[in-house]
Amino acid sequence: MIQGIDYAAIAPPLIVVLAAIALLLADAFDVPRRVLGAVSGGALAAALIAVIALASGGRRATFCLPGGLRGNGPPSCSYVADDFTLLFQGVVLAAAVVVVLLSLREIADARMPAGEYHFLLLAAITGALVLVAARDLILLVVALETLSLPVFALVALRRYDGVASEAAVKLFLVSVVSAAIMLFGISMVYGATGAMHLDRIAPALQRLPDHLSPVAGVGVVLVLAGFAFKVAAVPFHFWAPDVYQGAPLPVAAFLSVVSKAAGFAGLTIVLALGFPAYGHVWGPVVAVLAAVTMTLGNLLALRQRTAIRLLAWSSIAQSGYMLAPLAVGTRRLPEAVAATIAYVALYAVMNLGAFAVVIGYGARGKRFAALDDFRGLARTRPAAGAALAFFLICLAGLPPGVMGLFAKVVVFRATVAGGVTWLAVVMAVNTVIGLYYYLAWAARLFAAPAERPSEPVPGPAEPGPAVRAAVAATAAGALVLTVAPQLVLQAVTAAS
Amino acid sequence: MTAIPLAGALLLLLPESRFLPGDTAVRRYGLGVSGATLLVALSAVAAFDYGATSRVQLEIDHAWAPAIGLRFHLGADGISLPLVVLTALLTFLCLLHVTKHPPAGGGARLLVALLLVLEVGLIGTFVALDLVLFFVFFEVVLIPMYVVIARWGGPGRRAAASKFLFYTLLGSGLLLAGMLLVAVNVGTLDMTELARLQGEGATRGVQITAFLLMVVGFGVKAPMWPLHTWLPDAHTEAPTVGSVLLAGVLLKMGTYGLVRVALPAAPEGAEYWAPWLGLLAVAGIVYGALACLAQRELKRMIAFSSVGHMGFVLLGIATLTPVGINAALFGNIAHGLITGLLFFLAGAIKDRYGTGDLDALGGGMLGAAPRLASFLTFASVASLGLPGLAGFWGEMLALVGAYRPHAALPRETFVTFMVVGGLGAVLTAAYFLRLLAKITHGRPVEAPAGASAGASARGPVAAISAYEYASWVPLIVLTLLVGLWPKTLLDVTTAPVRALLGGG
Repeated sequence: MIQGIDYAAIAPPLIVVLAAIALLLADAFDVPRRVLGAVSGGALAAALIAVIALASGGRRATFCLPGGLRGNGPPSCSYVADDFTLLFQGVVLAAAVVVVLLSLREIADARMPAGEYHFLLLAAITGALVLVAARDLILLVVALETLSLPVFALVALRRYDGVASEAAVKLFLVSVVSAAIMLFGISMVYGATGAMHLDRIAPALQRLPDHLSPVAGVGVVLVLAGFAFKVAAVPFHFWAPDVYQGAPLPVAAFLSVVSKAAGFAGLTIVLALGFPAYGHVWGPVVAVLAAVTMTLGNLLALRQRTAIRLLAWSSIAQSGYMLAPLAVGTRRLPEAVAATIAYVALYAVMNLGAFAVVIGYGARGKRFAALDDFRGLARTRPAAGAALAFFLICLAGLPPGVMGLFAKVVVFRATVAGGVTWLAVVMAVNTVIGLYYYLAWAARLFAAPAERPSEPVPGPAEPGPAVRAAVAATAAGALVLTVAPQLVLQAVTAAS
Repeated sequence: MTAIPLAGALLLLLPESRFLPGDTAVRRYGLGVSGATLLVALSAVAAFDYGATSRVQLEIDHAWAPAIGLRFHLGADGISLPLVVLTALLTFLCLLHVTKHPPAGGGARLLVALLLVLEVGLIGTFVALDLVLFFVFFEVVLIPMYVVIARWGGPGRRAAASKFLFYTLLGSGLLLAGMLLVAVNVGTLDMTELARLQGEGATRGVQITAFLLMVVGFGVKAPMWPLHTWLPDAHTEAPTVGSVLLAGVLLKMGTYGLVRVALPAAPEGAEYWAPWLGLLAVAGIVYGALACLAQRELKRMIAFSSVGHMGFVLLGIATLTPVGINAALFGNIAHGLITGLLFFLAGAIKDRYGTGDLDALGGGMLGAAPRLASFLTFASVASLGLPGLAGFWGEMLALVGAYRPHAALPRETFVTFMVVGGLGAVLTAAYFLRLLAKITHGRPVEAPAGASAGASARGPVAAISAYEYASWVPLIVLTLLVGLWPKTLLDVTTAPVRALLGGG
């Protein structure tokens, strides 16, 4: 039987995957690094254009069950390009373009093989693009693994570096364990419902006989665990700091923004479309996860002295905020989903911006920029210093970073609306803790540069034009969203 | 109204070389911008329809993010109008003061920009009629104030600034949760709607939780005892203009928020918590007075006196009666005028004597610097609530309100509060008189044996400059005006207060 494929719907991942293969081949023929980078960035931009083009059209779906097998059930398509999908694909692609910009210099400096780097990066992005469009459990798992596998290699790409290898192994082990747990969960859900498509699982769970409901409940929680790894939620978080530190910095940025956004997309898809009937089971679980994640992330971020580990722990804490709205279970779920998406989208801009400045302006020559290395950045390089300060204040959620404030307001609102007031109070306390370290860092930017008489002053880092473009792009995005946060809020509500 | 300082602050972001080079030009510019704002505020006063003070006037209402029901809704009624004018006036006077007496540390450009941003946040808070918008403006104030304290403050400024920021941020986090809790249950973010609905749709439990969260949130700002501990440090370390704005206007955001948001949005919660609020208020009054008696530092003493005065304001609110709340709003304005003046004076004294320590200042200021000392006497007497000056009415009405609290509240408790509060007022008089006795009267301090000649021979105290006169006299005039004709202010606030309480 031949199935019709809607090529327009799958155009974004298709463009990226073709470019990935082309890059691998081109690398074999010794194409210069510069060209490889351009192709990689160009492909992502093309995919982004495709997403924008698709957004003007209606909902598209492909890989559906053929009529004969469908029975009386819903259409059950595996790949759906609706507003939700396109929004996330847009976020992923835009962030990926920035990551490629950040990578160009790093590849040269760290003597990494350019062709392989770009190939792996694009492959992972393909996984992310498919993940946000997947509407059945098998495609979700395949996409999740497509997203994860290349990242192990990316982390370890600096082959001479022991820290990187250790980080890769750690990431690999946690990932495999969580994938196994998730597959086990999926098998239980499948066993209980007999369906793989989310639009079939949802009704099946609703009329599940009593003796099967414990099985389905456990399965739901286990599936949740798989995504908890991807978004670095406690207790699957401990890979994050070491991996962020060991990996090339652009890869860390990728993990903390693109990979995490995709993970949240997958999580919301599964919970909101597949398991709404079990909201009473996963709601409290998510609530506890969110509270523990944000608290632990924030407390440990307080103790960090290097920029990258601070960003790692703080991004764990931010995952907690993003999880919080989903704690509502089925009560006002669409609103909660919208809040999570909005936070993810806004967070992508702010965090990527912070990473961009750290990559571009952190002390070079040293492996890890300590927070004290940023002292006086606002004096030596006013633009970069101001940008970083702005991103940090956005992340802390205070004006003038109105964007971050709105992200927090939306999340609070959804959480409170869902009746989980205690979680909102935990969040309120956590914002204060978070503010402390963000502000301590931001204050360093404006302090007088530290006296370093003993060691030779390494000289301010000279970022290339690509990194500068990345910083400028994220800063521009942050400014626009600060003036007009409703852009994201509106898009998100339309999409969910 | 908020647009002018905002635009002014944004213009200051331009590179120095291209826009207004030199510190003096920047200060003049700041003066001009805030002056323009003040004019707009005054014209709003003129345009205001006093026949319908409870109606929101001069409204701006645009859909902002309809997806979450967010509107860009601004407007003023009888409650907010006086506070807006107070803010515009104090900011103008602060910038006037900065023009001639910039705090040590340079960076005039940044200071002016920050003060203007502060003004945006303050006025915005008082005119916002949408909860989220209110919250945004509420938060806008934090970072500029933090920087003002941390950059231009005294020796312990960094710790004081951080303490200020963390306390208030914790408060606002809880505040946000509380506000949203009501808003979601009632189903609107619009503050006029919320006032009209009187918490309809929210269960008693929800209202009680929400009111508690909001009281803690606003109470940190107000500050309510025992959440006040950030205040003395922040006040003491902040530069003069920082203290003036902090005491004059920032604290009012807390009490304004209680009246404007918390009471109408969760009336049942308010009834439940009012006795506790009253208890904390009275504790604040007495504690503030006792703490003042023990202070050795001028600014710190004034800071603690703020705790006491705001205690009266909170007591007024806790009675839940129109009289009490009117008293609270009146006390707000009076305290803004008087304490603003006191901090200006304290700053001037510190500048001249190089210390704020009461013992080091010694006595005899009336002899050494007669004008300055007279100003100080006037402000202290006003602050201790001498009839005929602004401070009197707020306190007296609050006590009267406590004598006859809202019907649903236990009357005996409130009468007790009234008595204790009255004692607190006596204590207030005691410490201000002690202050005056100590530094304005008596003999100038003799040079202690062994001190170096430079320290003991203080030399003549600098006379008050024209700029200082200009920034103090308006406050004095208003203190007198409001004190002698309290009706001017009470007339404006009475009707909207009734409306907020759900009456006609």
